[in-house]
Amino acid sequence: MQAHDAFGPGGAPGGPPDRDAVGGYGDAAQDGPDGGPLVRPYVIAQGRDHADTVKLDMISVVIAAKRAEVDEMSLEPEQLRILELCRRPLSVAEVSAHLDVPVAVVKVLISDLLNRGLALARAPYTAKSPVGRDVLQAVLDGIQRL
Amino acid sequence: MASSDSDSTRDTVPSALKILVAGGFGAGKTTLVGAVSEIAPLRTEEVMTEASYGVDDLSGVESKTTTTVALDFGRITISDSLVLYLFGTPGQERFWFMWEELSEGALGAIVIADTRRLETCFAAVDFFERRGVPFVVAVNCFEGAHEYEAEEVRAALTLDPAIPVVLCDARVRSSAKEVLLTLVTRVAERMAA
Repeated sequence: MQAHDAFGPGGAPGGPPDRDAVGGYGDAAQDGPDGGPLVRPYVIAQGRDHADTVKLDMISVVIAAKRAEVDEMSLEPEQLRILELCRRPLSVAEVSAHLDVPVAVVKVLISDLLNRGLALARAPYTAKSPVGRDVLQAVLDGIQRL
Repeated sequence: MASSDSDSTRDTVPSALKILVAGGFGAGKTTLVGAVSEIAPLRTEEVMTEASYGVDDLSGVESKTTTTVALDFGRITISDSLVLYLFGTPGQERFWFMWEELSEGALGAIVIADTRRLETCFAAVDFFERRGVPFVVAVNCFEGAHEYEAEEVRAALTLDPAIPVVLCDARVRSSAKEVLLTLVTRVAERMAA
């Protein structure tokens, strides 16, 4: 599967893609590169069951997979825009603002990209994974530098 | 969810933190965000569910109402592996459901007090106190507005003595920076306690 090979991010030579990574590619097999539905994003968002959307936060950070082969015909135009925007890491909220598409819809579009192995996402810090002192210090230093 | 990230994801994708900036209309939320953000503040729309939390039962879905709320936010890149987002959130009481969703996982909050309408930040102060979200109160000193002492504002809001009150000019980067530093220091203190 193309999508599977492409999933491995740069910087991890030889390392197998981790199935537990956010944006696991469980759906890729069924959807395939050419199985994408040809409907508008709002339709996708409303018709999509919650269960097959990867849980994304407004500040989950997304980046396009470097070596992914993109079958443009199978994607929504907005998804191609997302892949373009996410050549550098952007949050779901930023993607939403740049595309002028509501967060809820962007989440579905990105979730689909993650399932196809075309993008990677990283979950933000949460109450379950609180920040450590080192992170706080980095934040202080970062603000100090402004 | 961060625990489910693979190590390789961690290497290439930064993770994010957020700080909320709450306050009434015109209190200076977006101004403060813009003063420290590396990008011009962006606007996004989020559909928020007005329902009690902890309810995962799908049978109740139809009874939930949703509201679309516009949020302005800015970004500060801390390092290659860390990005900080600042979200301006409406301060009115009727938006409490949104604070609930937004405060999930937030590092802390800045409540902007507008001394011309101090009551507009009561609800936000109550909320963050109840939720145990670390926060500071930033008194935005508008031109022409009566100058208050930090202690007067503290008394008016009946704030816990441990909660910092900072006078600021939300338009000025160094001033907004000071507010942020006060908040993060407060977070660090609470962590140490």
